[in-house]
Amino acid sequence: MIRRAPRSLAEHAPILFPALMLVVFFVIPFSLMIAVSVARRVPGGFYEPDLVFANYERFLTAFFGGVLAFSLELAGLVAVLAVGIGFPFTYRLARLPRAAQVRWLVFLLSILSLSEVIIGFAWSTLLSRTAGITNLFVALGLMAEPQSLTPSFGALLAGMVYQAFPYTVLVLYPALARFDPSLVEAARTLGSSPLRAFFTVVVPALRSTIAATLIMAFVFALGSYLLPQLLGRPQHWTLSVLITDQAIYQSNMPFAAAMAVFLVLVSLALVALALLAGRRREEA
Amino acid sequence: MARKLNAVVAGLIALVLSAPILVVAGVSVNAKRSLDFPPNGFSLAWYAEVFTDAGWRGALVASLVVAAASAALAVAIAFPLAWFIWRWRAPWARAFEMLGMTPFILPPVITALGFLSFWTTFDQYGAPWTVVVSHAVFFVTLPLVTLSMGFAAVDRSYVEAASTMGADDRTVLRTVVMPLVRPYVISGFAFAFVLSLNEYIVAYMVVGFTLETLPIKIFNALRYGYTPTMAAVTVLFVLLTGLVFGLIARFGDLPRLLGAWARHD
Repeated sequence: MIRRAPRSLAEHAPILFPALMLVVFFVIPFSLMIAVSVARRVPGGFYEPDLVFANYERFLTAFFGGVLAFSLELAGLVAVLAVGIGFPFTYRLARLPRAAQVRWLVFLLSILSLSEVIIGFAWSTLLSRTAGITNLFVALGLMAEPQSLTPSFGALLAGMVYQAFPYTVLVLYPALARFDPSLVEAARTLGSSPLRAFFTVVVPALRSTIAATLIMAFVFALGSYLLPQLLGRPQHWTLSVLITDQAIYQSNMPFAAAMAVFLVLVSLALVALALLAGRRREEA
Repeated sequence: MARKLNAVVAGLIALVLSAPILVVAGVSVNAKRSLDFPPNGFSLAWYAEVFTDAGWRGALVASLVVAAASAALAVAIAFPLAWFIWRWRAPWARAFEMLGMTPFILPPVITALGFLSFWTTFDQYGAPWTVVVSHAVFFVTLPLVTLSMGFAAVDRSYVEAASTMGADDRTVLRTVVMPLVRPYVISGFAFAFVLSLNEYIVAYMVVGFTLETLPIKIFNALRYGYTPTMAAVTVLFVLLTGLVFGLIARFGDLPRLLGAWARHD
């Protein structure tokens, strides 16, 4: 079997089905969304094909600016917390015996794939008055009576870091599992403490991995659309929530599509940046 | 000392990660229709209700059918693509691979909205099969990643030996390649299955008003207040998810699947 370029139609045939599926069900929907974003809205929740930029002009309003600023701030905070906890954690995880690693990975994957609905429900139960953690504080004598901690910014942040943490660990895992342990051993032999070796050897060596992971966690957090509704107050709504709300409840597809196009551009630019940071690591 | 500290921190992280699930599990066995923790009395009635109540059972069945069908379709899209890229020297085919990776990286709302525009335009909005296609394309990334890894791990000298002895492509695929990549096919299917089972926004935008999958049903029920039945459903879902990943870990090489191999081995 020689690996050369395919020539005949028969040799090309296998890729026909996947290519067709991806073009029809991904490229076309995507293009349609762009078309809808410049459509003209007509009363009654419908829209007509057109080329108007009114939907994009709405980005200039203070309301949209506020939502955007809050979304970016929140995603940034979540990314920093998730990587801040996740990096040292993953470093230790990758050095555990294999069986223990597998147990952790199964656990993390299970949490990562949990529906946002379930995470939101679980956290609002954990922070509720009747079943929540404050009951434990009362029992321990730290609090006079149980109270509800949700909805609040703290609850939203906790839920989103909870959701982003396993993702961050799994993004970091390959790089940290392949990290050459002899570097740390050398530092230790030369008398540095484990903590010092971690901060002066591991962290600088994996600088670009950390940067790339921060960006990926940021994009991941930007995508959260249910937790702000379940754990936050209306002022904690993010761009993703606003898009869903405009599309489903306000029946304003053109505006929703325009915001989605904007979100795509931001995300793609960030992912490209992450790939670039990752590539620099490979060259180094 | 340092080792003890590590164990304590790891234990603490494990505790925080499981705390919401533990509380939900506690709430799910309340004897009365209330969300108390620690639970008030003990009853498994809420678990029974998931299977006896027509609404919950219907949602469970809908979710399982959608997840199985869309995971199968995702594998059917990913397999020939990954095979083609491995078999032939065709750099342009990588463009389709990238296309398959994109929906997974972008915020899910975007893909959901794209599908909503698409199905509305072609007048299929709300048809139950549309969510199968949507999920298959949305999650095609997972089998694509596992299968690319699987094909990359196939020793080409086996393939050469087979073709030298006169086996054509089809025979090589069936007798040599397929047995070697089967674990990757299964894990790709399993990843897509679990994620489809838990997926909310795409399903909601595409068939939210005609078909209730379990996450949609839970979210709709949340608006009318929290009940122990939701907690029971959640616990069942967590167990099912954990079981699937446990099986992948049991029969496959999980650390390798997640990217933990040394570069030159």
